[in-house]
Amino acid sequence: MKKLLGLAVFAALLTTVASARLLINGAGATFPQPIYTKWFDEYSKVDQSVRFNYQGIGSGGGQNQILSETVDFGASDGPMSDEKLAKAPRTLWHIPTVAGAVVISYNIPGAPKLKLDGPTLAGIYLGKITKWNDPAIVSQNEGVALPNDDIVVVRRSDGSGTSYIFTDYLSSVSGEWLSKVGKNTSVNWPVGLGGKGNPGVAGLIKQTPNSIGYVELAYAIQNKLPYADLKNATGHYITPSLNSVTEALASAKIPEDFRFSMVNSPGEKAYPISGATWLLVYQQQTNPEKGRKLVEFLKWAYTEGEKLAASFDYAPLPENVQKRVLKRINEIAY
Amino acid sequence: MSPPTISAAGPSPRAPSHAADRTFRWAALLAAMSIFVLIGLVGWELYAGSRLSIQKFGLNFLGSTTWDPVADQYGALPFIFGTLVSSLIALAIAVPLGVATALFLTEMAPQRIRQPVITVIEMLAAVPSVIFGLWGIFVLIPWLRDHFFQWLKSTLGFLPLFQGPIYGVSMLAGGIIVAIMILPIVTSVSREILRSVPNLQREAAYALGATHWEVIRIAVLSYARRGIFGAAVLGLGRALGETMAVTMVIGNRPDIKASLFAPGYTLASVVANEFAEATTDLYLNSLFELGLVLVLLTVLVNGAAQFMLRQLAGPGSGKIA
Repeated sequence: MKKLLGLAVFAALLTTVASARLLINGAGATFPQPIYTKWFDEYSKVDQSVRFNYQGIGSGGGQNQILSETVDFGASDGPMSDEKLAKAPRTLWHIPTVAGAVVISYNIPGAPKLKLDGPTLAGIYLGKITKWNDPAIVSQNEGVALPNDDIVVVRRSDGSGTSYIFTDYLSSVSGEWLSKVGKNTSVNWPVGLGGKGNPGVAGLIKQTPNSIGYVELAYAIQNKLPYADLKNATGHYITPSLNSVTEALASAKIPEDFRFSMVNSPGEKAYPISGATWLLVYQQQTNPEKGRKLVEFLKWAYTEGEKLAASFDYAPLPENVQKRVLKRINEIAY
Repeated sequence: MSPPTISAAGPSPRAPSHAADRTFRWAALLAAMSIFVLIGLVGWELYAGSRLSIQKFGLNFLGSTTWDPVADQYGALPFIFGTLVSSLIALAIAVPLGVATALFLTEMAPQRIRQPVITVIEMLAAVPSVIFGLWGIFVLIPWLRDHFFQWLKSTLGFLPLFQGPIYGVSMLAGGIIVAIMILPIVTSVSREILRSVPNLQREAAYALGATHWEVIRIAVLSYARRGIFGAAVLGLGRALGETMAVTMVIGNRPDIKASLFAPGYTLASVVANEFAEATTDLYLNSLFELGLVLVLLTVLVNGAAQFMLRQLAGPGSGKIA
């Protein structure tokens, strides 16, 4: 009992010591959570006077919390809509951190390497291409034995940045998709089974013969799933990889406010289904101390932090974008 | 399930001048009341959170089959359908199985088998929902798809219930998973009910020359039927709200299909799936309204069950319901 009491006192002491450090709260997207957590952990060794607390509550929650100023920074996998951004009490900035890709995985006998283009993929997800040996698929995959079976379409059931990037891509390559379905973190899917999270989708693909689905690149690499090469805007078939995602970032058109879509980016080596993730930060910080620490951290993240991205299977920002982002960070006032 | 009322306690023979008595009475009353307060708060919070979508869609929300976050159009019907159907499948499987298990345990099983079986059933209740879901995806679904569903289709395929393509994940798979999850509660409540049947009943039936089966049917089951009905209602309550395991095996498609092989979606699952990334206000409000619909549905189903229970006149104890 005495021991327990001692432990409790010790724990209480620890928390008081810890709370003496400045606490900066953030919340939002789950997709970049592993790298953010790593950044905060590494940064706590660089600056011991500050502590970051990040809650992966989802992009929607991240946007709402930064709008109501219950957190010091938000995070989102998709850029905020104009309508939503208009609700911000002050100028709210989007700051891209890293990028990821969405890969097309499948389960067909022999697990051959497949090649697909955007219109074919849209056709499959619209329910118009229903057989694996459809001419649209066969013509791109000469020499591959494709079964005469129905395609079982799998997609995410939970709202997610992965679905946002994927539907953003389909909207950019298919007018019919854009008008019938559109892009969002979750949409009204014309066909398909829903799996919860990357593991749910991957599980359904593994367990269902003749299925096709989309998962995050990092998840596919870590779980050794087969995935297809995609035809990009310049007509090349590109294997998804961190390099081909950074290529897509480098050639994407990025506007001044950093709210950009990088799907179907025009680079020759760019993988077409990729997207960035953002931090949401107010241009005018209300708490000078927190503002200063946040800016210091962001500067560190874009110089040292970005180097850690690849080891967590995230594509770092290319140099030209990094420079622009650093310039923006320097404009944060506190 | 209704909390015991205080007034039934009656005046004590001695004048209730003891402070301890009074304190206890008030504390008990407070505890009983807190349930109403809690339910009221939950209901209010859900209503307040869904005001936008109630204003925009009105009653159409309940009848519409469209769920389109891009166009900001929301309707609850496929989810209500999926919740009811998967729960009914679960009940249809779990109640006969649970009551039969309970009968075996109270009427037939030798003492040394009884305790192990009870322990295993109680362990089933302690398995987390998500584990059932994972087991569902990796073990149950492949087996259902390759064997059980094929067999169903070839023998009962003339029914619209068992037609169409077989994916594995389906309304039926969702129902089966929920059945496994509510089995422990149905079994243990039924067992308590059966144990409460007085031995006099059984002895009287035996004295009349009844066989073992007749004793169970006439003396035990008919005496306990109200209580068993109550056990089923408790199971149904759990089935309606089951979330994680269901979403992993039901296919998550907001469709209304006659076939049980087709994927479906439930109220609780869609809220859990889409809440975190709901970005527009109307979207968020509609998800809140789904929660409100789920609470109302549960209240309605329980109310109907209470009503049926009253129709089911019998000497049985209304212990549970």
